[in-house]
Amino acid sequence: MAESITFKFDVDGSDFTSAGQASADVKKNLRQLGLSPEIIRRVSIAMYEGEINMVIHAGGGQAFVTVSENDITILLSDKGPGIKDIDKAMQEGYSTATDNVRSLGFGAGMGLPNMKRYTDFMEIKSVVGEGTDITMRVDIK
Amino acid sequence: MTVKSLAEKIGLKPLLLPDGDREVNGVYCGDLLSWVMGRAQCDNAWITIMSNVNVVAVASLSDVSCVILAEGVSLDADAEKAAADKQINVLVSDKSTYEIAVDLGKVL
Ligand SMILES: Nc1ncnc2c1ncn2[C@@H]1O[C@H](COP(=O)(O)OP(=O)(O)OP(=O)(O)O)[C@@H](O)[C@H]1O
Ligand SMILES: [Mg+2]
Repeated sequence: MAESITFKFDVDGSDFTSAGQASADVKKNLRQLGLSPEIIRRVSIAMYEGEINMVIHAGGGQAFVTVSENDITILLSDKGPGIKDIDKAMQEGYSTATDNVRSLGFGAGMGLPNMKRYTDFMEIKSVVGEGTDITMRVDIK
Repeated sequence: MTVKSLAEKIGLKPLLLPDGDREVNGVYCGDLLSWVMGRAQCDNAWITIMSNVNVVAVASLSDVSCVILAEGVSLDADAEKAAADKQINVLVSDKSTYEIAVDLGKVL
């Protein structure tokens, strides 16, 4: 596979009960490309956490997943409220999720830490009032 | 042990069993979805009392071998449809998470 392939998704921010469609599609695509179950699992969990965050905390956004010979790169981009203190947001257990969201099983404050755990590289760029861009990379060994 | 024989052995009721021959290699208990995604291992049986559609997404992405719904909870209609689409094994029981985990510990 010399050339890279990019998949683009619009993540709808209005319905978080059905969120996860982009991640499910990515999982399917990666399977078709013949990637290992371990890589697929890491990419799809990291992507799902990011997708859910965009829906819950930012009113939706866009996701771009690029598969190349050596790695898979995920870019999540939203125009939500931004993250004021990124270090704090990265801490396990920190969450601003509402009770409504918590009643569905989210809001443990483990999403961003999971994204870091399952990827080889992660960078958050966020401006309060403008939005958040998160880049993650999983290396294919 | 496979999901199917495990269900028979400890009396879990199959709600959906599209892939009953799948092996179970351990157990994870939890209701907070990001904890499950961070800690459950591929091929674990996952015991939970959550029953909404996000449970199905997490089960699929985490690659657990089955979801076991404790305390007599059942999937809501959306979730059951999603689980059928995604071929997720779902077992149900009236027992508590603890009691199911103890039963699993005896047979696994
Ligand atoms: N895209 C985003 N836009 C704005 N704020 C965000 C975004 N993603 C995360 N945050 C902030 O960072 C906090 C921590 O995120 P994290 O994903 O770790 O936890 P959570 O989403 O609250 O709960 P969990 O992921 O365990 O269900 C969130 O509660 C929210 O305040
Ligand atoms: Mg989150």
